[in-house]
Amino acid sequence: MSDPSEALASAKATADRLVKAKRLNACLTPVGELRKALVTQAQAAHPSGVLYGMPVAVKDNICTLEFTTTCGSKILESYRSPYEATAVAKLKAAGALIAGKTNCDEFAMGSSTEHSAYGRTLHPFDKTRVPGGSSGGSAALVAAGAVPAALGSETGGSVRQPASLCGVVGIKPTYGRVSRWGLVAFGSSLDQIGVLGRSVHDAARVLSVISGRDPKDSTCEERDPLRLPNVPESLQGFVIGIPREYFPADLDPAVRRACDRAVRLCKELGAAVREVALPHTAYAVPTYYILAPAEASSNLARYDGARYGPRFDGSADVRALYRTTRGEGFGPEVRRRILLGTYVLSSGYYDAYYRKAQQMRALIAQDFRNAFDRGVDLLFTPTTPSPAFKAGEKLDDPVAMYLSDIFTVTANLAGLPAISLPIGRVKGLPLGGQFIGQAFLEDEMLEAAYALERVVPATEEA
Amino acid sequence: MAAPASWETVIGLETHVQLRTASKMFCGCSAAFGAPPNTNVCPVCLGLPGALPMANGLALQLAVRAALALGCTVHSRSVFARKNYFYPDLPKGYQISQFEQPLATEGSLSYLSPDRGIATATIQRLHVEEDAGKSLHDRFPKHTAIDLNRCGVPLVEIVTGPDFRSPQEARAYLLTLKQVLEYAAVSDCDMEKGSLRVDANVSVRRVGRPELGTKTEVKNINSFAYVEKALTVEHDRQIALLEGGGTVEQQTLLYDAKTNSVRPQRAKEASHDYRYFPDPDLPPLVLREEFIAEQQALLPELPAKKRERFVEKYALSVTDAAVLTADRSVADYYEAVVHAGADAKAAANWVMTEVLADAKDHADGLRVPAGALANLIGLVRGGTLSHQAAKRVFGEVADHGGEPRNVAEALGLIQVADTGVVTGWVSEVLVSHPTEVARYRSGETKLLQFFLGQVMKLSRGKADPKLAQRVLEEKLVA
Ligand SMILES: [Zn+2]
Repeated sequence: MSDPSEALASAKATADRLVKAKRLNACLTPVGELRKALVTQAQAAHPSGVLYGMPVAVKDNICTLEFTTTCGSKILESYRSPYEATAVAKLKAAGALIAGKTNCDEFAMGSSTEHSAYGRTLHPFDKTRVPGGSSGGSAALVAAGAVPAALGSETGGSVRQPASLCGVVGIKPTYGRVSRWGLVAFGSSLDQIGVLGRSVHDAARVLSVISGRDPKDSTCEERDPLRLPNVPESLQGFVIGIPREYFPADLDPAVRRACDRAVRLCKELGAAVREVALPHTAYAVPTYYILAPAEASSNLARYDGARYGPRFDGSADVRALYRTTRGEGFGPEVRRRILLGTYVLSSGYYDAYYRKAQQMRALIAQDFRNAFDRGVDLLFTPTTPSPAFKAGEKLDDPVAMYLSDIFTVTANLAGLPAISLPIGRVKGLPLGGQFIGQAFLEDEMLEAAYALERVVPATEEA
Repeated sequence: MAAPASWETVIGLETHVQLRTASKMFCGCSAAFGAPPNTNVCPVCLGLPGALPMANGLALQLAVRAALALGCTVHSRSVFARKNYFYPDLPKGYQISQFEQPLATEGSLSYLSPDRGIATATIQRLHVEEDAGKSLHDRFPKHTAIDLNRCGVPLVEIVTGPDFRSPQEARAYLLTLKQVLEYAAVSDCDMEKGSLRVDANVSVRRVGRPELGTKTEVKNINSFAYVEKALTVEHDRQIALLEGGGTVEQQTLLYDAKTNSVRPQRAKEASHDYRYFPDPDLPPLVLREEFIAEQQALLPELPAKKRERFVEKYALSVTDAAVLTADRSVADYYEAVVHAGADAKAAANWVMTEVLADAKDHADGLRVPAGALANLIGLVRGGTLSHQAAKRVFGEVADHGGEPRNVAEALGLIQVADTGVVTGWVSEVLVSHPTEVARYRSGETKLLQFFLGQVMKLSRGKADPKLAQRVLEEKLVA
């Protein structure tokens, strides 16, 4: 696309598609505002940009100048950021159109997009089911064909898990590959902006644009933007590790069948496949649910009603203002995690929980290094233990909800890149498989994903 | 009540010093004092959603220099940590500080104790942190206003051991600390502008007892003048409590300068569990050895060293050397005067008297150029100017500038050493005071000073006093 009229046409078509997808409650931006903003952006976009005219929806926990940034929370209702995220600025500089803000679990805490103050997002294939989360709005919009790609964010699998459940591609880059400037913090040492796309290529080219150094984020690596690899003819020379801990005896047989088929296809493409052990995997979810809430309890302290966002009490006493604003502004899942995080950081408990979890995190990262040191290039695992579950099914059982991230949290804890791509269907519902790559070797990971994507019968029953 | 001597006071100090940077610790906002409220702010220091800190390189350099000036070990790896608490002037709900792994530890600072002579305070730790904003309770009736200009301003916190045995010692240490940090040019150390703030831990114990008593923390000591007062009030309070059979409660107290008393901080402001943990937004601070060495090389000669050198090199007394080195610019000025050729001892006297007095009246300005002062001292030494006349010239040069010799000539102050002229003045004086001459000749020789004074008066200070005295003695004997 390079003709200004085409960008304008794209903007209008996107707006129409977003109107059609409205029933999913995936996009939080009002349609009228969105249509106007898309047209304005299309007129301003520079035709030489590599994403010229491409609509990209943005998760509502990423700051934009165009729309409100509420993080799916009442506590940031109507909040408009005076600055935009580096990832968003880079998208705009590349000519992309910011196609509205997508629904998510409040402050990205959840795996179903049911924990949003603005209502749940529906699964595009079955409205009784969840699209996954927390980037469920982004996944649903891409799956519904409303946009070719969307930004999401990951702390423990919030891009890959909904990608798996919605049948789209989801990439979580290496920690430090993409700037976090403007990504509203949840668990800062785990958070990364990720991309959801119709295809590996759509996701990868957006990732390439938003990646690279940023002087505003000291955890962002001093590196050039990711260079996209070519689609390989084969996987000759690739050694793919299959971590046995990700295929427990009680794994859903359909999930196992889908993964086995994908692995067989990789072998047919010339890859060597080898079983590996990641012995600390069992501790990943508990470790994650200590570290992420600990950081969240501090990151979310700023929402106190004093400077921005609604106040839920006009009381003159500042402590009462805090209590009511935070008590009413945050939903139950966010409150649960703040309490959990506050507890594990408290004096007397810090060593038993936080410090121990940090030690375990180092061991989990070491597991991966050991596997890679033994000649494995990539790991292949299921993305999720099951396809999309019913809305409400896990709402009363937080631990069951937390376990839906069991195969994804490890990459966040180890800071590694990972990609989920559709590998089949289970009773008509999509299912993803994931490659976990080595730090800053997204290109190798993408090559494998490109190759598998071409041959895997993603829409066939496993 | 027992004699106060039976109690010993034990004090440790935590000093917050603002580093001399143009911008804040973690964002590019101006760190300048006195801007209209909430004008030096941005998403980072306002704690807006999604904003991230970036450490200020100059602040880190200055912090390392401060640590080195205090003889600390600077660690090659230190960690920023979050100190979590809710307060309206703390927009993020946490302060970025350092906790388990501070920038520097194990330093010391020697100072002149009024009780014990040279004493040494241990510096337990020095760490980097950001300042909070300011809550203004008296600006609007019934409302608290928040000014976030200070929020994010770079600070170092310097923590001593429980090393001071009196409020006077604590004050002496603080003045020395201020002097060293000013020398190192890391801070303005201006308590009135809040760039130096001090909290004190105070306890008392019976003299000779090794264990420490229960301590209290005294906060809100806003000026050097209050340091001694606040600490005295608190140690008096503790002694009175213990003398009366009570116990000291561990608590935080606020000093009120208006009433010269301490009051407990409200319970809900105190006893925080700060839930420190490493800040995940900032990688550990890793300092290369060469970087630390560079900062060491950038440190000027510090006051203690300079004092010793002045004693040695210029043959000054310790007291004089201390006066001359108290302020780096004065010390530099003194050395410039000597380098311009003035006698070291005479230069010291001039600087300690005329120069410092003039500076005090003129906003610490050193108004007479060092070269001019050296020339002036030379004129006195060479007999061209009397000391009295030189003081006038000094004032004139300070006010209007000019070369001392030219100024002295224009004022007609050049000393007359011509025997003929001086003999003329002497004769005139003796003729007009016959009674005094007679008394002198009958043995009242101390009248010589009277005659000399008359000669100086008649000559309007121009007569060379030594010559005048010699001529007077000759004439009076005759
Ligand atoms: Zn700022």
